[in-house]
Amino acid sequence: MIKAILIFNNHGKPRMSKFYEHYTEDTEQQIIRETFHLVSKRDENVCNFLEGGLLIGGSENKLIYRHYATLYFVFCVDSSESELGILDLIQVFVETLDKCFENVCELDLIFHLDKVHNILAEMVMGGMVLETNMSEIITQVEAQGKMEKSERLQDVFVEFSHQDLLDFYNQMEMIQTQLTR
Amino acid sequence: MPAVSKGDGMRGLAVFISDIRNCKSKEAEIKRINKELANIRSKFKGDKALDGYSKKKYVCKLLFIFLLGHDIDFGHMEAVNLLSSNKYTEKQIGYLFISVLVNSNSELIRLINNAIKNDLSSRNPTFMCLALHCIANVGSREMAEAFAGEIPRILVAGDTMDSVKQSAALCLLRLYKTSPDLVLMGEWTSRVVHLLNDQHMGVVTAAISLITCLSQKNPDEFKTCVSLAVSRLSRIVSSASTDLQDYTYYFVPAPWLSCKLLRLLQCYPPPEDGAVKGRLVECLETILNKAQEPPKSKKVQHSNAKNAILFEAISLIIHYDSEPNLLVRACNQLGQFLQHRETNLRYLALESMCTLASSEFSHEAVKTHIETVINALKTERDVSVRQRAADLLYAMCDRSNAKQIVAEMLSYLETADYSIREEMVLKVAILAEKYAVDYSWYVDTILNLIRIAGDYVSEEVWYRVIQIVINRDDVQGYAAKTVFEALQAPACHENMVKVGGYILGEFGNLIAGDPRSSPLVQFNLLHSKFHLCSVPTRALLLSAYIKFINLFPETKSTIQEVLRSDSQIRNSDVELQQRAVEYLKLSSIASTDVLATVLEEMPPFPERESSILAKLKKKKGPGAVSVNELEEGKREGGELNGGGERGGDSSSTPSPSADLLGLRAGPPVTAAAPSAGSLLVDVFSEAGVNDDGFLSEFSRFVCKNNGVLFENQLLQIGIKSEYRQNLGRMYLFYGNKTSVQFVTFTTTLNVQAKPVEPLIEGGAQVQQVINIECLTDFSDAPLLNIKFRYGGALQNLTLKLPVTINKFFQPTEMASHDFFQRWKQLSLPQQEAQKIFKANHAMDTEVLKAKLLGLGMALLENVDPNPENFVCAGVIQTKAQQVGSLLRLEPNAQAQMYRLTVRSSKDTVSKRLCELLAEQF
Repeated sequence: MIKAILIFNNHGKPRMSKFYEHYTEDTEQQIIRETFHLVSKRDENVCNFLEGGLLIGGSENKLIYRHYATLYFVFCVDSSESELGILDLIQVFVETLDKCFENVCELDLIFHLDKVHNILAEMVMGGMVLETNMSEIITQVEAQGKMEKSERLQDVFVEFSHQDLLDFYNQMEMIQTQLTR
Repeated sequence: MPAVSKGDGMRGLAVFISDIRNCKSKEAEIKRINKELANIRSKFKGDKALDGYSKKKYVCKLLFIFLLGHDIDFGHMEAVNLLSSNKYTEKQIGYLFISVLVNSNSELIRLINNAIKNDLSSRNPTFMCLALHCIANVGSREMAEAFAGEIPRILVAGDTMDSVKQSAALCLLRLYKTSPDLVLMGEWTSRVVHLLNDQHMGVVTAAISLITCLSQKNPDEFKTCVSLAVSRLSRIVSSASTDLQDYTYYFVPAPWLSCKLLRLLQCYPPPEDGAVKGRLVECLETILNKAQEPPKSKKVQHSNAKNAILFEAISLIIHYDSEPNLLVRACNQLGQFLQHRETNLRYLALESMCTLASSEFSHEAVKTHIETVINALKTERDVSVRQRAADLLYAMCDRSNAKQIVAEMLSYLETADYSIREEMVLKVAILAEKYAVDYSWYVDTILNLIRIAGDYVSEEVWYRVIQIVINRDDVQGYAAKTVFEALQAPACHENMVKVGGYILGEFGNLIAGDPRSSPLVQFNLLHSKFHLCSVPTRALLLSAYIKFINLFPETKSTIQEVLRSDSQIRNSDVELQQRAVEYLKLSSIASTDVLATVLEEMPPFPERESSILAKLKKKKGPGAVSVNELEEGKREGGELNGGGERGGDSSSTPSPSADLLGLRAGPPVTAAAPSAGSLLVDVFSEAGVNDDGFLSEFSRFVCKNNGVLFENQLLQIGIKSEYRQNLGRMYLFYGNKTSVQFVTFTTTLNVQAKPVEPLIEGGAQVQQVINIECLTDFSDAPLLNIKFRYGGALQNLTLKLPVTINKFFQPTEMASHDFFQRWKQLSLPQQEAQKIFKANHAMDTEVLKAKLLGLGMALLENVDPNPENFVCAGVIQTKAQQVGSLLRLEPNAQAQMYRLTVRSSKDTVSKRLCELLAEQF
């Protein structure tokens, strides 16, 4: 079973976390930090598996991760899962995100966390895999999107286009540099 | 400012989020949030009814605030209201809120369950999925109670949409995991199993997780899934990469599902049906063949998916462990992967080979890869992989390659990562012991271990080397010489000092002939380390010194001087001070003979399972040590360990006052006497029988009928007994714990007994039956005398058989009124026996109850006005008469005392019962 799915960036900032076992919020944060610490110190080109940190069950559990550009995708699983199978699953997840967001990047995860959760929910439910077929997942996600549109209610959270985001960040940086001057 | 997306969606929300993001400080953010919370609260409380849209907007804001890390204590009701909306987005937000913020407010749960129930029966697949997701996310007991009956119906109904079936399967799995007692499969079993045949691969994917979990818990009920899984697997494996369309992943048909099918099959033994088995073997061969075909794509995803299936197939082959042909192929395949350029594959190959090494068919084949694995240990850049390599070396080790493997592991230890050092040390210690043919090699290895990784050498490891040295006289001289040399190093680990002190104290005389290691040199060497050591080590060294006085009278004055010095005799540590004082006194007043007796060489330790192995097992969890390894331990252990399970608490640490040299030991251990308490023994097992062993054993049987009556190194006597009315039958089991037969084995009882077999083979057990009839009440237990020859020596043993008067109790139930009436009737002074005594055990009500029930009387509830007290009633059945007895036990938890009062119609019975029971609590 999948115990947790964590996404964080190269600096350890969590971008998404989903736990399929109950932990207190504090512990969840500690697990994320511990996992980041374990994963980030590893070189590129070493294997994608390692024993889990102490907080999440130690050697009973494995961390299986992939590193894409600025993001780490980490699945924490018990011994009932196939390691390579989970690697494939991560790939399917990322490819699905890529299709849904059209060239997914870290900012998409920041601003559309709910969508990311929705997509994940179509793949994994209660720590078990619901669907591995990418087109099926996308169909479901799109159907939801259509329904939302048809109800004429826009997305729950603020929608930004990529251009808007870029502008926004440029402005932020400018303000920051002015402030520090 | 980013432009808020057009469309009038939820402008308020967007503005709020932007506001928050623009806050310059934490305080500003909190202020803004509090303002918003007040606004929302007033809206919710206001008289104007809110429409669905507004509710959604405010609930969204609350959700957003919660995600920022603030507590939300209202809005739940509004979220629940959203659940009953007909609009997807409103409903979805409602469910999201519930999933994130559910609390166990029972009123609310009822409402939520109601909404879920409506959605489940709505026949709208989207709504049904939302509801099922919510159940799976929350998974509470109340939800299981409400829906455990409904969900299987949805799962197997013919008209359920595929996507709903998928969600239903995993939802059910979740409920099964949280409340297995509520999910009753019964009638659904076969239909759930047949989901493996479902046309939609997604349904199969979801269902297989459910079926695997259920099969693990109830393998028999679900065993029909084996043939279905095999045929499904066979269809996938033989299909072309295009057949399964969307379920083909980088040219590999349905890899995830194939893996899961192979995992499911690992819950069962090989199929009995020849046809099914043939088909499965064919599948496995196809998978192995495909591994050799050229890849259909250069992409790493293609080979990943293909190998994921391959590794699961190999796991299944190893699990079956019955097809030598497939096992060897699997081993060869893994051998190829060992040198693969993909690190992941090397890692997995090492891991799978570890399990393969324990199969007798492939153990030899695995061994051929030893050089590659050693190379991996030395050169892999990744610690995860190196750790797997170390595991595999450990698993593939046997007599033929032990020296090589241990040497490699030792040299790896010098550079090993800190995280795995302790485990490596344990492994080296176990291998060195298990495969030692030559004990000087063993001693060298362990001393090297202490030198290289002293900090990681646990107590178990150095205790063990001392045990072995003491038990084997051929290695003692060598051990003394080696530790002496090791101690020469200017800086040596404290563990080395401990081993050195102990061994020189015992066997220093064996090397004293050489002027370079004369007694004084030895002593000075040890004493030069003294001041650098911790208190327990110093205590051990002091004991070594007094042993020196016995071994080498010429050192006496030097050592006495050391003991007399203020730093010893006035040491602030009470243990050290006491030792110094006592040893000094002992050395000055005891005659040489007395000294020689008191400080005699340690007797051999009883043989037992290596506590190091136990520690490794504990460290790695029960599954980590393969069965094969345990069996091997038993087989090979004969000369060293004796093997066998002994439930000792090996991890208990000795107190600093540990009497390591056994100075306070009783008389030297003779073969038949229970082993006298020497501390190292106690450290390793609680089973050490103390001197008054059988007396206390006897009293243990007052309240129970079965157990071990007696045990020493040679013999174990177990008892099973049953009683009815005034009759009883006792089975005695005599077990020979040695490998030598006992001859002329006889038992005599001061009452009649059937003769027992005169001969007990090594390791065997014989049984003796004794029929018992109680003629009249009694207070002395029958004595059992056991005589046998072991080796040439005659062993003689007398035991009290645990037959006590209370065994013939018939419980009597009575009401409060009756009890007190009878109590008053038995009012003659001699009919009553009373004892007030201190509690020997914790005063636990449940334990007391269990003991009183074991006594054989009826435990009467609600009779005594004080609920703390216990009263019992029973009738003792003897052939001559029946003796009614009443009992009252009054615990006083504050004083830790009991008052026990027994009244019965016969004075001797009251007295005896009172005596027996007073020892029990």
